[in-house]
Amino acid sequence: MERGTPVGRRVVLGMLGLGTAGVLTGRWLQEREQRLLAVVGSRDPTGLSQLLPAGAGFRFYSVVGRVPERTAAGYRLTVGGLVRRPGAVTLDDLRRLPRLELTRDFQCVTGWRVPEVHWAGVALADLLHHAGVLPAARAVRFKSFDGSYTESLTLEQAQRRDVMVATEMQGRPVSHDHGGPVRLYVAPMYGYKSIKWLDRIEVTDRVVPGYWERVGYDVDAWVGRSNGRDDAPTG
Amino acid sequence: MPRPAELLRFTRAERWVHRCTAVLMVCCLLTAAILYIGPLSVLVGRRALVVWVHVLAGLALPVPMLLGWASAAFRADLRELNRFRPADRDWLRSRGRRAAGLPTGKFNAGQKLYAAFVAGAILVQLGTGVLMRYGQHWPLSLRVGATFVHDWLAAAVLAAVLGHLHFALRDADARLGMRTGRVPAAWASREHPGWAEQPDRPR
Repeated sequence: MERGTPVGRRVVLGMLGLGTAGVLTGRWLQEREQRLLAVVGSRDPTGLSQLLPAGAGFRFYSVVGRVPERTAAGYRLTVGGLVRRPGAVTLDDLRRLPRLELTRDFQCVTGWRVPEVHWAGVALADLLHHAGVLPAARAVRFKSFDGSYTESLTLEQAQRRDVMVATEMQGRPVSHDHGGPVRLYVAPMYGYKSIKWLDRIEVTDRVVPGYWERVGYDVDAWVGRSNGRDDAPTG
Repeated sequence: MPRPAELLRFTRAERWVHRCTAVLMVCCLLTAAILYIGPLSVLVGRRALVVWVHVLAGLALPVPMLLGWASAAFRADLRELNRFRPADRDWLRSRGRRAAGLPTGKFNAGQKLYAAFVAGAILVQLGTGVLMRYGQHWPLSLRVGATFVHDWLAAAVLAAVLGHLHFALRDADARLGMRTGRVPAAWASREHPGWAEQPDRPR
């Protein structure tokens, strides 16, 4: 029988060639695609465009199996550690502090970015001031009520006016999947710093690396200046 | 000599390569869906564990085929899948893509193209996946490019695998061949006459 043409080998080699070309030009292609999807996605009632690779919109990352739900009424945020007045605050207590609103792009370290997300809540600095930070304090540690996730900031970072305890997102209470009823929002840093399902704030004498930072992500996670990335800053 | 009612289509080694590759591929696709599709990510969570399973299954994916190389029957299949003959071109052009009147060999042209696509995809996904997972020190534009290729090709692989399952579900005798290794002679003469009539076909 005649041997025939090695089409299979050509297909495999062709795919390796295309794959390499895609790796080299993918960034450029992806920017075109995202610009197109930003237009399409805003007029897509089905939400299917969010399923496309590099599609616009949030992705939901959780490090545990199931996160318990907390209602707005039953929610308590514990503030402790090196503070004069440790204790728990309710959502109503938070509302009595000066309201802070921010509209910024949300940038994930894995590459996706959601343009112009509106957040409302209180400045973390105001909450810390309310609790009375002691002179020995150098850092702030955060714990999630998912039972696993932790994060931390230096005291200086925590007192920036674009670091907030967020209670509203896009004009509505922060939903459970987005980390509600209360989450942190650290505008100038990658998304993993903005811990979801905020349970406890602890003022400490040093920075304790958080969940993803123990597997190699940068502790100081400035957008565009960390994790080997060069995204446009969001601060 | 009476013609046997059944023909040997796949040896034990060929069937095990197929089985192990299938299990690993399903692992990769399921974990990819969990990592990628919002509602599934929310439902399953456990991101670090899912990433670990995905990476492990992906790294292991080429292993069954590499081990299969030890089998002469598997190597013969690869040679057969690689080569296109005039009958394959006619099969692709034929209405309804049936073997009717064509001397289709052990694999038809669709099966050959599918095998080549999956082999190429496994290699590209392996390369881009390693770059994504272990390439922290590579330039960002290459990592973004690798993610771009990995995501789009994953969608294409999913479509191809669903097509593969669709054709398998429509053909019980073909499934029997992959499960037991043997197929009815009548099926072989209808679907793969060039192979069924082959004088040196192993029994």
